[in-house]
Amino acid sequence: MSAYSVTAPSRRSKFFAGALVLLYTVITLLPLLWIISTGFKTGPDSIAYPPKVVFSPSLEGYVNLFTSRTRATNEQLAEMPPPANWVEEIVRRRNEVITGPSRFGERFMNSVIIGFGSTFLSIFLGTLAAYAFSRFRVPLKDDLMFFILSTRMMPPIAVAIPIFLMFRGLGLSDTHLGMILLYTGVNISLAVWLLKGFIDEIPREYEEAALIDGYTRFQAFRKVVLPQAATGIASTAIFCLIFAWNEYAFAVLLTSGNAQTAPPFIPTIIGVGGQDWPAVAAGATLFLLPVMVFTILLRKHLLRGITFGAVRK
Amino acid sequence: MAETPIDRLARNTPASVAHRVRGLSDRAIAWAFVTPTILLLLAINIFPLIWTIRLSFTNFRANRPNEPVEFVGLRNYQRILTDPDIWHTMQATAHFLFWTLFFQVVIGFGLAWLINRKFKGNDLLTTLIVLPMMLSPAVVGNFWTFLYQPQIGLFNYAVEFLTGGSVAASSFTMLGSVELAPWAIVIVDTWMWTPFVMLICLAGLRSIPDYIYEAAEVDRASKWRQFWTMTVPLVLPFLMLAVLFRGIENFKMFDLVVQLTGGGPGDTTLLTSIELKREAFEKWRTGFSSAYAIILFVTVFGLASIYVKALNKVKER
Repeated sequence: MSAYSVTAPSRRSKFFAGALVLLYTVITLLPLLWIISTGFKTGPDSIAYPPKVVFSPSLEGYVNLFTSRTRATNEQLAEMPPPANWVEEIVRRRNEVITGPSRFGERFMNSVIIGFGSTFLSIFLGTLAAYAFSRFRVPLKDDLMFFILSTRMMPPIAVAIPIFLMFRGLGLSDTHLGMILLYTGVNISLAVWLLKGFIDEIPREYEEAALIDGYTRFQAFRKVVLPQAATGIASTAIFCLIFAWNEYAFAVLLTSGNAQTAPPFIPTIIGVGGQDWPAVAAGATLFLLPVMVFTILLRKHLLRGITFGAVRK
Repeated sequence: MAETPIDRLARNTPASVAHRVRGLSDRAIAWAFVTPTILLLLAINIFPLIWTIRLSFTNFRANRPNEPVEFVGLRNYQRILTDPDIWHTMQATAHFLFWTLFFQVVIGFGLAWLINRKFKGNDLLTTLIVLPMMLSPAVVGNFWTFLYQPQIGLFNYAVEFLTGGSVAASSFTMLGSVELAPWAIVIVDTWMWTPFVMLICLAGLRSIPDYIYEAAEVDRASKWRQFWTMTVPLVLPFLMLAVLFRGIENFKMFDLVVQLTGGGPGDTTLLTSIELKREAFEKWRTGFSSAYAIILFVTVFGLASIYVKALNKVKER
């Protein structure tokens, strides 16, 4: 529309800016691409010098990730029936036999249960509280931001000491319920704060109209406010999920056998003589991909989420 | 039209009663909605804090819950503040904090400034750049130990490649050397969190209206002058906010660095949180580490309060 602007960047400066940013993007994505590609390498390929960019893909890493195996001698292998499927074939080629599933599936499921459980709880409680904070008078509104920030100033390890004792007393250590409650407690301040921002943006007139039409306050909340806040609720939920999904400090200190999530588990995947990098990379890929997808879905609300709603764009 | 008695009654009913007649009152709803959240915050955030304060005055050890617990007054605090090892970890933390913030601000602002040229595809690149910061630091940190392997690691190979082979990939170990390890963790943190600073700066740059620059052009202010007298001051509150968030996060940094170096080699990358974990969950000095935790909390809280005051002043200008 505007034919000429004195402030718009020139075509050349745009080109150079674009080229530099593209260069940065490529460099910054290299480690991620390396994780994904290492997951499809064989053991020797993964530790080749110089690092292999072109390689023949293999599912060895993924097979190792999901199975536990034991070595077998050639004689033993010769006596066995032929491999029943491609998984066994891959394993046999390296003189190994499958002894059972690994613990990765279990750990991944723990991450799913705890992640979704705490997200659901945070959003459920958070939406109610956010509505109350948004529509009714709350004392000390201005200090709220700093208070919420301050709950995040405590290093997780510091809070972990009394929580460790508390959970031990209540029989919640190493249980799904304990971790769900803990992550909800950590997430709820973020959830309330973000949701309050989203609900603030819904005009009060809608509800007032509903109240005049004979709805109760609760009906107005359920039938008018909730549908309007749906996008906000969805993006807040994704933020809560990502936090619970990625959390490591509490998980490594408070869980071990039963409710351990994937982040403390993936680094402990070891093969013969050190870490089994293709398996680690396979696990990391499966674990990181959902978050990458979510990030792309979230991009509009990303800024708001990472700054506790301080910057809304 | 004549007023019926029903109209009169409706008009005279106080609003609060009227609302109560139609379901729960506003106040009841407000309390019912807020209470569960407040209870949870009390249980998971406030109560542990108070418990930590109480433990910090005792010699309690969590691995021996049946031993008698003695009240030791301020002895734990005194020990920590006079312990040279603790000051060493503070130094390691300060080094980590200063350099990560420095690189993230410089690169993050630079990137935002470039992206704000609004070249084609800048949205797509922004989304891609942001990816590292959303990922699990523990999982990513663990994988970086692979990239940092002396002979086979991608990072070392890239150094060899970029220096034309004069620095061989096998000639240095980023995570094993006393000189390099503190920089190795700075590099990974910068890689991961620069997008955070970038996003906030970008929001700041986009909030500056075009007409300011148009006015400056009319006044024939040079681009250089425009940058320093308009762009920088207007983005500064955003930048300061980014530094606040990153500062708090990196002061309590744990997952990424514990996976990368575990505090080593020696204690060169022993950040306060890692030291705290050793005291609390390996040596089981619960009382001592509680006092340590309180000292850290007060430090961050104090610094952040001062900083927020400064930030508000900058905003008001």
